[in-house]
Amino acid sequence: MARAEAPETAPDPTAAVHAATIEVPPELVAQSLGEWSRAWLTRIRSGESGVLPVILALLLITIVFEAISPNHVFLSAPNLVNLFQQSAVFMVLAMGEIFVILLGEIDLSIAYAGGVGAAVSVQLVQPGTAKWPWWAAIIAGLVVCAVIGALQGTLITRLRLSSLIVTLAGLLIWQGTMLIILGLAFSGYPSLAGLNPNLQVLYNLMWGTIDPTISWMATAVVVIAIAALLWFGDNHRRRSGLVAPPVSLTLLKIALIALVAIAVVAICNVNRAVQPSTLAGVPWVIPIVLAVFGAWMTILQRTKFGRYVYAIGGNPEAARRAGINLAAVRTLCFMICTFTAGIGLLLYASYLGGMSGNINGGQLVLYAIASVVLAGTSLFGGRGKVLHGILGGLVIGGIYNGMGLLGLDVRWQFIVTGLVLLVAITIDSLSRRSATSGSVARV
Amino acid sequence: MAQVIKDSPATEPRFKARGVDKHFGPVQALTQVDLDLYAGQVTALCGDNGAGKSVLTKCIAGIYEIDHGQFFWEGRPVHIRSPRDAARLGIETVYQDLALADNLDIVQNMFLGRERMRNVFLNEDDMERAASKTLADLRVTTVRSIRQPVASLSGGQRQSVAVAKAVMWNSKLVMLDEPTAALGVVQTKMVLDLVRRLRDRGLAVMMISHNLNDVFEVADRIAVVHLGRMVTQGRATAYDRQSVVDYMTTGASSRSGQPTDGNGAKSGAR
Repeated sequence: MARAEAPETAPDPTAAVHAATIEVPPELVAQSLGEWSRAWLTRIRSGESGVLPVILALLLITIVFEAISPNHVFLSAPNLVNLFQQSAVFMVLAMGEIFVILLGEIDLSIAYAGGVGAAVSVQLVQPGTAKWPWWAAIIAGLVVCAVIGALQGTLITRLRLSSLIVTLAGLLIWQGTMLIILGLAFSGYPSLAGLNPNLQVLYNLMWGTIDPTISWMATAVVVIAIAALLWFGDNHRRRSGLVAPPVSLTLLKIALIALVAIAVVAICNVNRAVQPSTLAGVPWVIPIVLAVFGAWMTILQRTKFGRYVYAIGGNPEAARRAGINLAAVRTLCFMICTFTAGIGLLLYASYLGGMSGNINGGQLVLYAIASVVLAGTSLFGGRGKVLHGILGGLVIGGIYNGMGLLGLDVRWQFIVTGLVLLVAITIDSLSRRSATSGSVARV
Repeated sequence: MAQVIKDSPATEPRFKARGVDKHFGPVQALTQVDLDLYAGQVTALCGDNGAGKSVLTKCIAGIYEIDHGQFFWEGRPVHIRSPRDAARLGIETVYQDLALADNLDIVQNMFLGRERMRNVFLNEDDMERAASKTLADLRVTTVRSIRQPVASLSGGQRQSVAVAKAVMWNSKLVMLDEPTAALGVVQTKMVLDLVRRLRDRGLAVMMISHNLNDVFEVADRIAVVHLGRMVTQGRATAYDRQSVVDYMTTGASSRSGQPTDGNGAKSGAR
């Protein structure tokens, strides 16, 4: 009845069709590379830019710092390896944080929760006291981190406390706990220096290198495996008539992965020690970061649990009606987050050569969150990828490294990183606003 | 006790409710409600706001448990105590808010909570094939890609996806809560066509609607609730607009346009 009176406004079908065409991801409908890139450009113009801004930011940082760093040292092989080692900590923390952010929650405690785990691990390998084998010490540290996550996650999901407040409390509690475990106040720390083999394994997480020849061979195996997976997977889908990218795009992806891999190994295999000594090869930290990346990406994209994480972030009510156990999925996300933070802080301890009581945990947390957000993950949940942790971590690491090269101290690093974050979320929210206003016609 | 007319005497209703009572504290939401839903027919459930349409739907869907009365499924008495019970019988509900996750694509939404697996990993190929078959069967062809996020769909397309999601599971009774609310003319037509196709597939369809245009366009049967009572139900041809409005607003109609196939129209106030 109401319809008869309500004057139907302009015939909206064309508008709706138009809006839909713009927002469909190009990889779904394009049959050729040309079509794909056209669709991609349309999508970028309509505000769905994906990882493009963060790639541009990386390029910009590279160009600026290469131009103004003394002796143009930014792009030298030793500095790039150093940059990657610095970024690794941010990347790993960010890849953990993303599980919680995908839910629309936040975890501020990661640095100190991870710090507790790292402190446990480092204490357990001390040759004078605990003498645990390195692997047992690492497992113990990471288990402690997972338990911390389970604890915080349970408080948040069962008692419905705000994750912001619970993890803010956690930030303080775990900092105190970490200091107690380290047994010292703010000076000195259990060191990882020494010839003890257990100590050395932990020290090598960041500083150990893989022999250049083995680096090349391992890289070749991994790249060929990934290429085969991509190629046969896409081929199978194309032949079965399922949604699949055009052949040229699959090849382009494979070429890109191979190119990045070759570049990284080539850079790492340049001798980065001062002559006459040699230091070359891929640092252990690179495969470690890639392993975390691969594992978490598989979990998020290929398992039920990952699907539920996105569903809860997108529409918790829909997830509830679908029979998903929200509390269990959420708690597990908090556990994965702090577990990953444990890996990150182990790397950081290795980077520092020992677990320090005065790590700046607040800064680490904010850098991790900044990494994720400026790479395009939404703080409101449901949108984001593990890859964002890697790319965002590189941006933050790049700024950190470049400012160091310029001799600017921590004061300026804080300010510049903050400004970059502000610019990133401004672009993100502006582009999203234009995307939403463009699609009003859909209703 | 409301009398029920066998207006399709040859067939037993797929779903029957008899003497259903439901109250929330002191509020009596449903009183002695009878309802018949037939396979291959669209039954429009009409009623004013607060008449009890939603409560009745939620009772059938297993969200509320009834206080008195009995449900029959294909002639057998059944108890529906949870949404799981309803799903097991083949009853699916499409709520007004659709419960789709905007960030997931069509396939992911249609299989949410019932994913097909290959070992520990999702079997995307299988799910995509099944989803696109269901959409093709229902002739939902306006979506550009089955892998596009639901956020990029129009209102009618979303409704279609929600309906397709409901009928995917060999469901036998689909209840639609105001499926055309907030849709434009073209989109409404699309959804009503879809409702007809569900009927043609032999499903029992119950459609809650305020919109009498839609009701008279697709409904085979009409049932009207007023103040928690079923005041009339019968073949749609037995009613006209005015009589349905009368039933909805006053619980009775003095118009000549009353069910002619029996005494359904008198089943109102006892």
